[in-house]
Amino acid sequence: MKFLCVPCDEQMEFEERSLPGDGTLAAVFRCPKCDHETAMLTNPMETRLVSSLGVSIGGRQVPEQPMEGVRGGLSGGREDAFADDPTSAAAPVRWSVEAIERLDVVPRFVRGMVKRIYTDWAKEQGIGEITPAVMDQARTDLGLEEM
Amino acid sequence: MSGKGGVGKSMISAALATALQADGDRAGLLDADLHGPTAARMCGVKPMPLAVADGAVRPATGVDGVAVMSMDLLLAEGAPLAWRGPETDGFVWEASEERRALREFLSDVEWGPLGWLIIDLPPGTRRMLDLFELVPELTGVVAVTLPAGAARSSVDRALGLARQRGIPILGIVENMVGYRCPQCDDLRPLFPGDGGRELADSHGAPLLGRIPFDPDAAQLADGGSLAELLEATHCGQALRAVVESLKSEVESP
Repeated sequence: MKFLCVPCDEQMEFEERSLPGDGTLAAVFRCPKCDHETAMLTNPMETRLVSSLGVSIGGRQVPEQPMEGVRGGLSGGREDAFADDPTSAAAPVRWSVEAIERLDVVPRFVRGMVKRIYTDWAKEQGIGEITPAVMDQARTDLGLEEM
Repeated sequence: MSGKGGVGKSMISAALATALQADGDRAGLLDADLHGPTAARMCGVKPMPLAVADGAVRPATGVDGVAVMSMDLLLAEGAPLAWRGPETDGFVWEASEERRALREFLSDVEWGPLGWLIIDLPPGTRRMLDLFELVPELTGVVAVTLPAGAARSSVDRALGLARQRGIPILGIVENMVGYRCPQCDDLRPLFPGDGGRELADSHGAPLLGRIPFDPDAAQLADGGSLAELLEATHCGQALRAVVESLKSEVESP
């Protein structure tokens, strides 16, 4: 989907996205010529539909994880269905107690994958400790609609 | 594939994969029946987490060495297939989720070098269409039917769809062709009709085999003892003959 700035006849560029965590998604697009901004808001059903089609609004920021669609979308998955490779998660990035508590809310079915994504992102950003605020930032930056 | 439910596709798929593996061909079994997965149980997969490493998920391995990927390995005991999302309007995205799951079972699983990948499709044609689009160059389809006319017409429609999409029909397997009397060993008919032969003739495909109903075989399949099923039952004998016919069909120019 593209947006067009009608007065300028220019394709608008993706600016930022916001994921409040309630299933909704807001994406802001800006006209490169006149700087006019417009925002798109999707409700939870629309967000889910877009996600199920494998679309990442604003482009993909994180490499695709193996079976991430199933792991992110399945409800009622076995908690110990996957054994993620621990080597990549065992990085010199600390997790604050609050961040671990928040991670514990993620179903075990998908927790290993989520933890690795946050850890890799923090490493790339040079962040030494993952806190809930860092997780929020990562979610928005990476477009992790379901995490 | 079949188009019709309850014809024994899953047991036959799992038994074919096991027989091929026993013959020295590395075989994999992808259970595309996401709502009623049984492949892991039939192949005797011991419950353990699937390893995720190097950007791929390693398939489970059945007791006879068949590589298996099935929703059965991912769902909690007794849990139905359900997707996260708002409680209403699930029909809008569920088909996409299931198609994506099938794609990931194919592409994100490190199947390794396989001689055969058997894909067990659920009844109906939706998943079959997904598969045809995801893997346009399939070696072919094997249809499982019953002798009775009702099954025949459903399978006929599914085969018509395969032909329409240019997918080769490798052959027909007629299941539950009769019940072998435990006293006299006679094969007595279970259903009226000759659905397998009729389908084979109308689609110009070989009848790969006719499998008798065998309660012992059903019990062995349910218990994940397919090697024993293949070795020790009439049903197993017939299935091994199907494997030979299937190999000839695939290997013939």
